[in-house]
Amino acid sequence: MIEHVPVLLVVAPIVGGALPLLAGLLSDRAGWSLATLTLGVHAVLAAWLVATVAGGQPVVYEVGGFAAPYGIELVVDGLSAAVVGLVSVVSLGVLAYARRAGPHTNSFYSLYLLLVAGLTGMSITGDVFNLYVFLEITGLAAYALVASGDRDMAAVAALKYLIVGTVGASLYLLGVGYLLVATGTLNMADLATKIPQVDGGYTSTLILAAFGLMTAGLAVKVALYPVHTWQPDAYANAPDSVSTLISALVSTVAAYSLARVVFSVFTVEFFAAVPLAQDALFALAAVSVVVGSALAVSQRDVRRMLAYSSVSQFGLVVAGFAVASSTAVVGAIIHLVGHAVMKGGLFATAGIIERKTGARTIEEYAGLTDRAPVAAAAFAVLAFSMVGVPPAVGFVGKWYIVLGAIEVGAWPLVAVLLTSTVLTLAYFARLVESMYFTDAPTVSEAAAVAEPEAAGAAVPDGGEAAVSPGMVAVAVTAAVLAVALGLAFPGVAQTLENSLPFLT
Amino acid sequence: MIDALLTHYNYYAVVLLLGIGVYMLVESPNLIKKVIGMNIFQTGIFLFFITAAYVGGGSAPVVGEGGGPYVSPLPHVLILTAIVVGVALTAVALALVVRIYDEYGTLDEEVLRELYHD
Repeated sequence: MIEHVPVLLVVAPIVGGALPLLAGLLSDRAGWSLATLTLGVHAVLAAWLVATVAGGQPVVYEVGGFAAPYGIELVVDGLSAAVVGLVSVVSLGVLAYARRAGPHTNSFYSLYLLLVAGLTGMSITGDVFNLYVFLEITGLAAYALVASGDRDMAAVAALKYLIVGTVGASLYLLGVGYLLVATGTLNMADLATKIPQVDGGYTSTLILAAFGLMTAGLAVKVALYPVHTWQPDAYANAPDSVSTLISALVSTVAAYSLARVVFSVFTVEFFAAVPLAQDALFALAAVSVVVGSALAVSQRDVRRMLAYSSVSQFGLVVAGFAVASSTAVVGAIIHLVGHAVMKGGLFATAGIIERKTGARTIEEYAGLTDRAPVAAAAFAVLAFSMVGVPPAVGFVGKWYIVLGAIEVGAWPLVAVLLTSTVLTLAYFARLVESMYFTDAPTVSEAAAVAEPEAAGAAVPDGGEAAVSPGMVAVAVTAAVLAVALGLAFPGVAQTLENSLPFLT
Repeated sequence: MIDALLTHYNYYAVVLLLGIGVYMLVESPNLIKKVIGMNIFQTGIFLFFITAAYVGGGSAPVVGEGGGPYVSPLPHVLILTAIVVGVALTAVALALVVRIYDEYGTLDEEVLRELYHD
């Protein structure tokens, strides 16, 4: 039984996802309990997996007993274990938020579990086509979740997300086709040994085209500039629980997949043989960092600002991967996990603030400490962590990325990272200044702004848009975690580096 | 070279389908036509896989029916999966289109954009 844990991690949320719909025949309120139960099981399985992998050896599982490279293989090394743990913790945490924040339908919880199944599958698969299938499962659940709220443009944003996301996934599939034509295999480990044997080696046109297509496809899912266009609309129009969940996990796991494809399929030798590919990936990431930050500075709506901030932070993560020195990759992984906690926490906090005060724009955040002191404090801690103030996790990730960049003499990355930090400070400092040092607007102004918005965000069952202790707890926990992870990561960085066999 | 260009006409169809699909996605303001464009784009990719699996004079890969050469079964299996994914995507996309039409009474992207910015 215990050897089946990797596959059970995917099966449990899929089976669990059917339960809320079935329970819907009897009760409309069973969804939350069933989802909590399922994700509890998921968390136990994930904890076992993380503990096993931390012991040293990667866990390998052959689905259906078909031996690799013919069957589908699930492979869990240190990097995938870290991402599985993150998915499990965040999805369980956001449930505490969703209990009050809604949407309160059983189908919402079915989609929620389906999303967790897709994300877990993406994290542990060792097969490039299987990755495509999980990418689409994740996508389908995410499109439907974005549309599950009643914000004005939810359906339009979801359709846009669907069309752009599908093109991205299709490009990835086309890249997989090129690899299959070149090597005749789909298993990641097998591909890594067969790609150099292709006629022409790493510089074969087929291999270069496959790299370009797969990277471009995943870049759409990560939301790097200029293929980020789905992301601000999706984050800004989704219900609060959904934007918290997908901003924390969906792009994160896509970025993990990008790293997996780059390091486990094409390997660092490919970068050594084709410096142009490495430079192109780095350039894409660097442009994303700078333009993403610049767009974030120009936003008035806080949720859109946070969304553009993700474009820039994921640029930083991918830049760390592109440098491909082991220290920089460890830094990128730390920033990946840290960003998930921070950005999820920021969206959760923004949701609480909107429900309490109706504030959505930077001007409306003025004097927020008086109206929502706890939420404002959590927001400020998370914002400074994102900027990279020590000892928070945002600092640790950036520190390792810079160290790695200096080690291999990648000075452009150092410049990009410093620019990013200054620009991040620019858009968050403006907000924190507004919250703490600007007087609140007068009552009538605030009410005029708050009324229609609050009505739009109201829970469907007619109750007022209230904030539960659970929701505040999620925001505060994220803020505490952002600092605690910053203190914990330097200790585990060496373990993490040792568990990344593909870098040595 | 000329020979390769003349015999690989399947790949012309792949490129043509991909091009038509992307053009419809980008250029058509009508949401239904965008969804159709998305389908055509995916069909181009399906054709690419199936073409790659083709072996001249090959038989169906069933053991016991004479000898090889066999066509490769793997791309067919992959594309069956991809078709299922495509159907699910189309269903979700059309459901969203229905909801958009119910809410705004239009399927024109330009009109929706104007509504959004008002």
